[in-house]
Amino acid sequence: MSDSPIAVEHGPELRHHFASVEQQRDAASLGMWLFLATEIMFFGGMFCAYLIYRMWYFNEFAAGSRSLNLKWGTINTIVLICSSLTVALGVRAAQMGKRKLLVILLILTIVFGLAFLGIKGIEWHEKYEHHHIPGASFDATALEKPPYSNGGIDPSHEQIYFSLYFAMTGLHALHMIIGVGIFAFLLFHAWKGRYTPQYNTPIEIGGLYWHFVDIVWIYLFPLLYLIDRKPLG
Amino acid sequence: MATAAITTEREHYLNKEYGIRSWLLTTDHKRIALLYLISITFFFFIGGFFALLIRLELLTPAGDLVQADTYNKLFTMHGMVMIFFFLIPSIPAVLGNFLVPMMIGAKDLAFPRINLLSWYLYIIAGIMMLHCMVTGGVDTGWTFYTPFSTAFTNTKVIEAGLSVFVAGFSSILTGLNFVVTIHRMRAPGMTWSRLPLFIWAHYATSIIQLLGTPVLAVTLVLVVCERVLGLGIFDPNRGGDPLLFQHLFWFYSHPAVYIMILPSMGVVAEIVPCFSRKRIFGYQAVALSSIAIAVFGFLVWAHHMFVAGISLYSAMIFSILSYLVAVPSAIKVFNWTATMYKGSVTFSTPMLYAFGFIGLFTMGGLTGLFLACLGIDVHVTDTYFVVAHFHYIMVGGAVMGYLGGMHFWWPKISGRLYPEWLGKFAALIVFLGFNLTFFPQFILGYLGMPRRYWQYPAEFQVLNVMSTAGSTILAVGYVLPMVYFLWSMRYGKIADENPWGAAGLEWKTASPPPTFNFEETPEVTWEAYNYDQIPAPAEVLIER
Repeated sequence: MSDSPIAVEHGPELRHHFASVEQQRDAASLGMWLFLATEIMFFGGMFCAYLIYRMWYFNEFAAGSRSLNLKWGTINTIVLICSSLTVALGVRAAQMGKRKLLVILLILTIVFGLAFLGIKGIEWHEKYEHHHIPGASFDATALEKPPYSNGGIDPSHEQIYFSLYFAMTGLHALHMIIGVGIFAFLLFHAWKGRYTPQYNTPIEIGGLYWHFVDIVWIYLFPLLYLIDRKPLG
Repeated sequence: MATAAITTEREHYLNKEYGIRSWLLTTDHKRIALLYLISITFFFFIGGFFALLIRLELLTPAGDLVQADTYNKLFTMHGMVMIFFFLIPSIPAVLGNFLVPMMIGAKDLAFPRINLLSWYLYIIAGIMMLHCMVTGGVDTGWTFYTPFSTAFTNTKVIEAGLSVFVAGFSSILTGLNFVVTIHRMRAPGMTWSRLPLFIWAHYATSIIQLLGTPVLAVTLVLVVCERVLGLGIFDPNRGGDPLLFQHLFWFYSHPAVYIMILPSMGVVAEIVPCFSRKRIFGYQAVALSSIAIAVFGFLVWAHHMFVAGISLYSAMIFSILSYLVAVPSAIKVFNWTATMYKGSVTFSTPMLYAFGFIGLFTMGGLTGLFLACLGIDVHVTDTYFVVAHFHYIMVGGAVMGYLGGMHFWWPKISGRLYPEWLGKFAALIVFLGFNLTFFPQFILGYLGMPRRYWQYPAEFQVLNVMSTAGSTILAVGYVLPMVYFLWSMRYGKIADENPWGAAGLEWKTASPPPTFNFEETPEVTWEAYNYDQIPAPAEVLIER
């Protein structure tokens, strides 16, 4: 409500229905925390499915896990951790009013985010070439069987591993894409110098979201890539 | 002279701006509440239309009006529309939207634009559902059970699933807005122990919306993926587990029942003290019982799966936990009743609905105990006993509370009074119609009539005719309030700011309220429900 007289007195960032800037910041921050709680439940459904099928079809899960590219997975984990560092430093830069540093850190975050998505794309393409995408052309014959499994690998159970792999990493990548979009928005406003030591809530809550998406990956990586990776023999 | 009259008219949220843009782009919680009111009323009558077709088909034992396939679609669309497009948003999105900020002395919800976004998501979901309906519909039942929904039916599961997914986000955003608003926007002096119980009920509801709905959303994503991409997560032919689907589905959909009933309980907790002229009995117990219902509600979902093949051991645990929900529910019923004891009770329209709620909810709740009991549940699962039970909760409980609340706050919303005698008459019609529709279904279920069939043996006809007759009476009872509410907007008596002599901040501002609710932020120095300090208005004391 730009025509509200109260808003003019307190600067443009205070919206008319809040009594103070602190109240507005607290509300926005609590709102993001609650949203992240819903996100935990959202991913939780898939983690629950993962848990059950991993217990039922352990051999297939181990075989599927060994077929993932550990090198790219590790690099991606490092990339994401770096991006969280730049976000954390960015929040600090915004609080201290260092506009130029903030812009640089936001750009770095976006670059890391895009690098993650690019690497993920390479990995998915690899899976596509190996016929590891569930569906009619799925082919599990080339998968390395865990040494202790006495039966063969059931292709339909193997498909469940890859179904969950694509569903979980896909959902995570979607969140990354949204995150990159949010940070592009933040970058635009940071560039224009909108964030000051008095008003930097969007950076803070955008950062919360980014850290959350990062943490989801910190769980996805061992659960999907590191099942029974101990040296053979 | 006419212009002079217009310029002196007080400015409020309804006449501040005119035109379609001022409504579709509004961020005023009161206007968004009215947008929701119009949209959920629309879907209520669509869902009701399907219900009447179902009852018409069941008038005779033979399948003569529609065939089995059509019948399957009818009860599916009835369930989906009524649950996701009417009951879930009903009280929170209409009365909650309108009242939550006002009751705590705030100018608006914490996130007004997200509030508007939630309405647009609801509308997008609604359009998807309508499109799905007119292009063939779905026949899975509102429960989307796999593998039927993912591998067998050739109806529009994907579109319906995505529609419910989007509607779910609308519901999540409403809940998120309420929790933040209640935590951060309370007026000075409005402590947690002074909050109206309507707010406590909405707080508990919002927690369920926040933590339950995402699980349904991800489950529907998996169902859609399974259908489109051929994943095998829930299909036993491909190594998946249909029970996993049921667990995930009911993890949301059982707490969803409390999303529907808790706000109604909040409404009743406002109406009963007002028309008994007494402080609510056991304020703390009623407030905390809302939270208890929300918490217990998350621990009982598998009682929908007693015959689905879960282990006897887990069935016993879920059975015991299901009994637990009765404790906070009973606390509420006893405390409302104790509030009336030695109160000065008036039988105004909202109070009639509150009475209806207490009686019907008690019946619905007690038959819920039958169903929580393993032995009886195995006997009556998938019979009309279950249908009758949940309609006593959802229609006898939730809808009664919704209508009671609409009558109670209508003077605040519109600034007009509805005709009291018509209100009482409609309340009576609804009560009679409801019982005639659903009580026979308890007997039908006990005798063994299964649900979801379009035909039935001839010996069940008498009870089915009673039920169908009741449903037409109920329909009249639902159309009446809509007609006289609309009538009252133009011709109703002008309401002053507090026509019932009710406690609560929303009654301390004008009717209809100004755009920012209060001329200045109120400061609360009194306890909730201080009816010993508020004189009853003369009109209410005299029996009309």
